[in-house]
Amino acid sequence: MTDLTKPADARTALMVEAQGVRKSYGHVEVLKGIDLEVRKGEVFVLVGPSGSGKSTFLRCINHLEKINGGLLSVDGELVGYRMKGDRLHELKDREVAQKRRDIGMVFQHFNLFPHMTALENLIEAPVQVKGESKADARERAMALLERVGLADKAKSYPSQLSGGQQQRVAIARALAMKPKLMLFDEPTSALDPELVGDVLDVMRGLAEDGMTMIVVTHEMGFAREVGDALVFMDGGVVVESGNPREVLTNPQHERTRAFLSKVL
Amino acid sequence: MNSSDQGSVHPGRPETIKAVPVRHPGRWAGAAVVAVLAAMLIHALVTNRQFQWDVVNKYLFDSTILHGLGVTLELTFLSMLIGVAGGITLAIMRLSANPVLSSTAWFYIWVFRGTPVLVQLLFWNFLGALWANISIGIPFGPAFWSEPTNKAIPLFVAALLGLGLNEAAYMAEIVRGGIQSVPIGQTEAAHALGMSQFNTMRRIILPQAMRVIIPPTGNETISMLKTTSLVSAISLEELLRAGENIYSRTFQTIPLLVVVSIWYLLMTSILTVGQYYIERHFARGANRVLPPTPFQRLRRLFAGKPVPKIEHDVVPGIEGGGHV
Ligand SMILES: Nc1ncnc2c1ncn2[C@@H]1O[C@H](COP(=O)(O)OP(=O)(O)OP(=O)(O)O)[C@@H](O)[C@H]1O
Ligand SMILES: [Mg+2]
Repeated sequence: MTDLTKPADARTALMVEAQGVRKSYGHVEVLKGIDLEVRKGEVFVLVGPSGSGKSTFLRCINHLEKINGGLLSVDGELVGYRMKGDRLHELKDREVAQKRRDIGMVFQHFNLFPHMTALENLIEAPVQVKGESKADARERAMALLERVGLADKAKSYPSQLSGGQQQRVAIARALAMKPKLMLFDEPTSALDPELVGDVLDVMRGLAEDGMTMIVVTHEMGFAREVGDALVFMDGGVVVESGNPREVLTNPQHERTRAFLSKVL
Repeated sequence: MNSSDQGSVHPGRPETIKAVPVRHPGRWAGAAVVAVLAAMLIHALVTNRQFQWDVVNKYLFDSTILHGLGVTLELTFLSMLIGVAGGITLAIMRLSANPVLSSTAWFYIWVFRGTPVLVQLLFWNFLGALWANISIGIPFGPAFWSEPTNKAIPLFVAALLGLGLNEAAYMAEIVRGGIQSVPIGQTEAAHALGMSQFNTMRRIILPQAMRVIIPPTGNETISMLKTTSLVSAISLEELLRAGENIYSRTFQTIPLLVVVSIWYLLMTSILTVGQYYIERHFARGANRVLPPTPFQRLRRLFAGKPVPKIEHDVVPGIEGGGHV
């Protein structure tokens, strides 16, 4: 149930809405009631110590994980369920897949398809999932590779690319589906320091183009500079949220301060 | 970020070192001993009249033998086809979240791996004794089509079922290992892109699993080629049976067994070479540079160029890791 106390136009401006989202693995509750709102066109930064549930929350948004409680919606539609009358009905696999098309995800370890070239990685889903023609998909894929600065690597296999190059291909692969929301799970954590900049540049460009992005990261410089909103999570709850510049310079909670003193 | 392509730039090599190589007197002594033993063996083979090489020569291309060879190849190919298709199906069932499917697959594998293939062949052959008729219709209801079992399942089909269904059980375990060797992140990435379960398996997981599946499958095929000889027990005329049929008339047992062995050896050798090329095909993307084929090695050897030792060396003529 979406919060009906809010005016309708305020709700349509939201890309992601979470109300009391809970998630457990067996008896261990990893998310203990997450409330947050991500506006369209916003760069939303998620920070927190290891094990705080950042990845888990991100994976709930595109239904790679099933939530156990609360409500989670993307662009006004519930994730993984449909409201029929006053009961929730689980979506079929096909319907879940359908919704995932609109949500791009970038992983810490890239997860490129190693048996395909960079170009093939980009055209796979548009052709298989959306039924685009190979020629169209290839043309757009080349434009995207151009955009991430890797047009000359189109025929390279992932194993022939550096980590930074692989991650930029992975971003381009997600963009090839023309998503309305991009999820980034520590996209630069597995990279050598000198390769981080190229990836962040691509993300900065995306933000400037108005892409809605949820970014889990330890790059506080990026958060401060590009982020529109920031949430600090710890132990499966949101501890503090607000404007990144304010939260990072003047944290209100002891736990936030302790965390920031370690990563800054 | 430089824009040079690792696949096409040839790094300059420092000059080759010229030094006196270490001597290996032990190797020479060992080689000499082996050479003498080999000479003795060849001498024995050639001079022992029992081998009757002229008879071998006479029957090597005999039409009965060649027909038997054809049946053996057909059996090998078709039972491997059944084995692989069945194996993939069973492996996916076994890994399925549906407990009925996974336990059915488990039971199938348990039965078919747990009994000798010869026994299974005999069962299929004597199926007519178990059920006199085979019919297709509504389960427990009326039949639309009915045939005597012996007519519906001729000898060749019985052999095929025996070998193929047994092979499926072995292939299932091989395929399962292959599927499980693909990191979970691949499935997640495919799902995150909106790919269906089926397409994820077909386009992303299985092609990667192939790298793990192909080598043992090659071994299975080679072993199947030889296992088909068991079919002679249900008197289907494949290669071994063809040889037996001839020597039961002429009593030239040893030369005909030699004929049969020569053909098996030739076929397994060809399969081994084929296996090499298939493995190489599915290795693409896994190594930075593919190892050269034996022919490429030979060509390069005769051209006087050093043979590169795979991995980080760059092989001219192969676009880094691409298809050849
Ligand atoms: N599949 C799973 N089964 C059981 N527990 C899990 C599973 N996935 C995650 N967890 C647990 O959930 C908690 C949150 O994990 P999560 O990956 O969301 O943390 P995170 O904030 O992303 O941490 P990190 O910064 O290390 O990536 C951890 O304690 C983890 O052990
Ligand atoms: Mg994480």
